[in-house]
Amino acid sequence: MTIAIQDTAVRSPANVALHGRIAKYGLLGLALLAYPLMASDFWIVQIGAQTLFMGTIALSLMWLGGYGGMVSLAQLTFAGVAAYMVAVFGVSNRPDISLGWEWWAAIPVALLIATAFATITGMLAARTEGIYTIMITLAIAVAFSLFCRQNYAIFNGFAGFAGLKPPSLFGLDLRAPLPFYYLSLAFAAASYVGVVYVTRSTFGLALQAVRDNPRRMRAIGFNVYAHRVAAYAMSGLLAAVGGLLLAWFNGRISPGTIAAGPCINTLVMAVLGGMVHPIGPYVGALVFILLQNFAIDLIDPERFNLVIGVAFLIIVLASPDGLVGLWQRMTRRRPEGGSSQR
Amino acid sequence: MQRAERLKSVASSNALELSGVSRVFGALVAVDNVTFSVTAGERRAILGSNGAGKTTLFNTITGDFPPSNGRIRFFGEDITELPPYERIRRGLRRTYQNSQLFRGLPVLDNLYLAVRGVGRRRMSLLRPGEDHPARVAAQQLAHAIHLEDVADRPVSELSHGQQRQLEIGMALAGAPRFILFDEPAAGLSPAERRELVDILKALPTHIGFIIIEHDLAVALQVAETVTVMHQGRVFKHGLPADIETDPEVQRIYLGGRHG
Repeated sequence: MTIAIQDTAVRSPANVALHGRIAKYGLLGLALLAYPLMASDFWIVQIGAQTLFMGTIALSLMWLGGYGGMVSLAQLTFAGVAAYMVAVFGVSNRPDISLGWEWWAAIPVALLIATAFATITGMLAARTEGIYTIMITLAIAVAFSLFCRQNYAIFNGFAGFAGLKPPSLFGLDLRAPLPFYYLSLAFAAASYVGVVYVTRSTFGLALQAVRDNPRRMRAIGFNVYAHRVAAYAMSGLLAAVGGLLLAWFNGRISPGTIAAGPCINTLVMAVLGGMVHPIGPYVGALVFILLQNFAIDLIDPERFNLVIGVAFLIIVLASPDGLVGLWQRMTRRRPEGGSSQR
Repeated sequence: MQRAERLKSVASSNALELSGVSRVFGALVAVDNVTFSVTAGERRAILGSNGAGKTTLFNTITGDFPPSNGRIRFFGEDITELPPYERIRRGLRRTYQNSQLFRGLPVLDNLYLAVRGVGRRRMSLLRPGEDHPARVAAQQLAHAIHLEDVADRPVSELSHGQQRQLEIGMALAGAPRFILFDEPAAGLSPAERRELVDILKALPTHIGFIIIEHDLAVALQVAETVTVMHQGRVFKHGLPADIETDPEVQRIYLGGRHG
């Protein structure tokens, strides 16, 4: 009896779905790898690479918001902390401030400090719920941006740092379009796979359970607060990875990059794509960056916010769980429609 | 002094001791100076009309709301100041009157988390294999609460009765020593009630519990002793047969239905 059950399990729908998923990911992976071969430098870097690292920053929000039920506006701030720290500890145009460490020392320290910053933010924000979480993280984001603008000793004030570039590995210039694209792709793929894996880990399941019912989580022995703070720490590391690439892409970091407006854009990307699946933030980032680059052709460049605002409203009104949610509903085969995760 | 405390705890065979427990919400005294104890392995029913303070009493015991006054001991240890999850890790469990489940997750993941919650490495970043001890324990729990057929379905797709069964399964995970059942039969059909009584009677004898239940038939089938609460206080305590026929209890609790 038991054997018969196990035998059918091998060919169960779940397994067929698994094979389908592997095929889908294989195709997507190949397409992303081959993309630079048929695109211009503008499309490789400005659209391609930027989508990949902004998507990773938005992914850090999707992880926190979609799985943890905590909407944070400080994700770009965590990215900014990493960017500032790699400038402070590494090499920049301000050798009087920068410590000039080698990349292999500066990068881990930058990631560590950004993660610590996110953890401390989490310790404050995880005590709140809903709208208050949004407000406290926005306050932290604005405060950090203003602090960077006014502090010249460490953050070099309004100008920030320029001359930031990725390390040269084996004589390869990682700032050149093709290497930078593949670097962004590697970081994005690692972040994406990491989130997908952790989602089904004990920690990831527990986080979703905290989102669904924190009270029950306490009643089965979990320290809900510690779980939320740990989720912030992980989101901080993800955002920091994106932040390094952001700094190298711009070649600089300054308070304007992490001001309130850009912080909210991260939320727009995550919601546009959909907070229901880790691919959502990347889809959202792609749409956002395409609009940002081509709104000039559609309408006055000063009116970009109008374009993105209208696009955002249309998508969110048509599908509260974003483009990925829309896609899931259109392609779902089961007639009963299954259950929404939220 | 500490040594004396410890000796006292060893000597005590009480699973749960409440002394002078009160809980006040503003001007409302929901639980008023409640003192009683339940021995290890004992099965106690708490009866009382709506608003008698039964669920609030549970909430003070589990730490959902700490008591305003009084002390609570669990197997001799004072747990009054402990956060809820620390009480759970010591073997205390509860179910809720309104199911409190993880609706987005499948049945098996709900049970798996309940098993992991009292174990080690709760923040593991690794995916558990199907042969992981906690996974296996979750499977066994699904069997024990008669839900193995729907183990892979999300909770949001379960019937009310199935959700009530899962609610009990969540409390049985990870070696409980004492369980608080809050109206487990609420909203169940007669057939489902019989299934519930079977599940409760099949619990290992070392596991004691307190059950809040409006259905007297269910309560008196599974309980050895009965405490009646009224307006936040302990009103009467005794054996099921005595309580059932007590005229005062009938007056306040049964509202003359049986009279």
